[in-house]
Amino acid sequence: MSTTAEQNNSLSVPDANGHFGIHGGRFVSETLMGALEELEALYERLSKDPEFQAEFDKDLAHYVGRPSPLYHAERLSAHCGGGQIWLKREDLNHTGAHKVNNTIGQALLAKYMGKPRVIAETGAGQHGVASATVAARLGLECKVYMGEEDVRRQALNVYRMRLLGAEVIPVTSGTRTLKDAMNEAMRDWVTNVDNTYYIIGTAAGPHPYPKLVRDFQAVIGRETKHQSMAQIGRLPDAVVACVGGGSNAIGMFYPFMDNTETRMIGVEAGGFGLETGQHAAPLTAGRPGVLHGMRTYLMEDDAGQILGTHSVSAGLDYPGVGPEHSYLKDIGRAEYVAATDDEAMDAFRKLTQIEGIMPALESAHAVAYAMKMAKEMSPDQVIVVNLSGRGDKDIHTVAQIDGIEM
Amino acid sequence: MNRIEARFNQLKADGRKAIIPYVTAGDSEPAVTVPLMHALVEAGADVIELGVPFSDPMADGPVIQLACERSLVHGTRLLDVLDMVAEFRQQDADTPVVLMGYLNPVEAIGYENFAQRAKAAGVDGVLTVDLPPVESEGLMAALKAEGLDIIFLISPTTSPVRRKAICEQGSGYLYYVSVKGVTGSKALNVDEVATYITDMRHDTDLPLCVGFGIRDGEAAAAVCQVADGAIIGSVLVNQIAELSDRPQEIPAAVAAIIKDMRTAVDAA
Repeated sequence: MSTTAEQNNSLSVPDANGHFGIHGGRFVSETLMGALEELEALYERLSKDPEFQAEFDKDLAHYVGRPSPLYHAERLSAHCGGGQIWLKREDLNHTGAHKVNNTIGQALLAKYMGKPRVIAETGAGQHGVASATVAARLGLECKVYMGEEDVRRQALNVYRMRLLGAEVIPVTSGTRTLKDAMNEAMRDWVTNVDNTYYIIGTAAGPHPYPKLVRDFQAVIGRETKHQSMAQIGRLPDAVVACVGGGSNAIGMFYPFMDNTETRMIGVEAGGFGLETGQHAAPLTAGRPGVLHGMRTYLMEDDAGQILGTHSVSAGLDYPGVGPEHSYLKDIGRAEYVAATDDEAMDAFRKLTQIEGIMPALESAHAVAYAMKMAKEMSPDQVIVVNLSGRGDKDIHTVAQIDGIEM
Repeated sequence: MNRIEARFNQLKADGRKAIIPYVTAGDSEPAVTVPLMHALVEAGADVIELGVPFSDPMADGPVIQLACERSLVHGTRLLDVLDMVAEFRQQDADTPVVLMGYLNPVEAIGYENFAQRAKAAGVDGVLTVDLPPVESEGLMAALKAEGLDIIFLISPTTSPVRRKAICEQGSGYLYYVSVKGVTGSKALNVDEVATYITDMRHDTDLPLCVGFGIRDGEAAAAVCQVADGAIIGSVLVNQIAELSDRPQEIPAAVAAIIKDMRTAVDAA
């Protein structure tokens, strides 16, 4: 199962310069152009190299534990009344989220490039943990940039990264969240470009990152298609995934691109509600601009300054989004909606209590919207939710909301 | 002939090198900027690079990031920066002004609109840090239509193929980033810079100016042995930061640094 073959996709984006329609591209300082060209050339070669693909697939099978199950959440479906809700269990992957699919792939790229040091940005800490994990396994030095605010919110993951031997750098500039962590990681990369590989955690940033992250994550959608045929006998009516930067969503969507009978729905973080402005929903409520090396939908003011965001989930707390999602919105192939903090919290509790599955707060946004959709659907209709991560890391946040000191 | 070309022609005729200070507009408060620009010219600046503050200055170090934050606290917008340039132009018709910043504030008001307003304000060139030539067709056309220069960066990691393209598409002058890193990160290596600049002369007749890591007169003088000018940023912005609670002292203190650089470069 290779990363590029059998994608069943006639859209053929990005183009040679990394453009998805008007989105994407490579908007970086000249200092990074050389490194990006080198990465692009290497990836072009390795993505067609059977040996590299075999190594990637082997790691996914025996280190990550793939394929992840496709699970029919029958009691949750019954509770909602209406359509069937199925869960793609990325939460069962090693390290607890879909993030590791990508870090396995990019760590292999770092290895092929002979870079002894990797860096990463992280929001919720899942990508940081996944990066620290693969770095430990390959004996690479690892530094993870994380907004100070997120370091506080995600203390458990910070300690996990440190146990794995990574250095976690709290970022105190700007809004002290994911976007600022990405700024700092870029600065590190510019400075140490000779010996350092930057593992970007989502399908965003300058070309070729959105493409290669998508390709590494597309295993999610490919498995879902095979499993749907085997377990349900047909493809789902809809696939639903949360969207921060959008890597779990694009990984689910990409193999479905030509299966237009399957709706693709991305759920952004509605925070306190879109009407409050306190959210992280650029596709639903933003406009195109340029940040972090790409043109994409952004949350910005009318002078072009990037706005602070709010979400209960650190992993969705980002003012931009991967450029392929912006393109899918523009061409209408995917739909983008938002779920509020409260809706996500409610879904977190329901899934925990009814199915015994504790989702990450990020993934709970997708569950929340699927529960809403299911009510409007008939019992023979099927929604697959990408359950992108598990909720262990969020227990502290949930306890705090419940007024419990831990 | 625009002001940038006129200025470099004059410098060449005089056998002198350009001193190019960078300051962030609106740092530490908007009222400082225009008096500061005049003080810089008085101290010997040949071109002024005026930074447009951006919330996420990814290619800059903490010094410039904090300068942006100090300016943005006052709500400084790109249009406010253009007003500052227009005010500067009321008393200075000759010193070229180059806006340096990131693409998004420009996108927010539209390329043509920006180019027309920048021209009207008296801007001469635009350097957009996160806009490499391959993505710059639209902005370049808009700037060209108004006779404004588009200034590009070249770095030690720029491949020969891309360097050639940049030399062909750039105008005004070329900005050689002398270190691998962000602004204000480390001191430059003069020998490496000399080798690169000498080599680059084969690709272009444009003036070649060097920035990043120039902290004192000695470094500026050394760079100007081979380059056509030295761009000085973080050391000035640090001085502004130190005086942010006494903004009235900023113009004189920052100008004093440029005066020392001028003296050192002219003496070399």
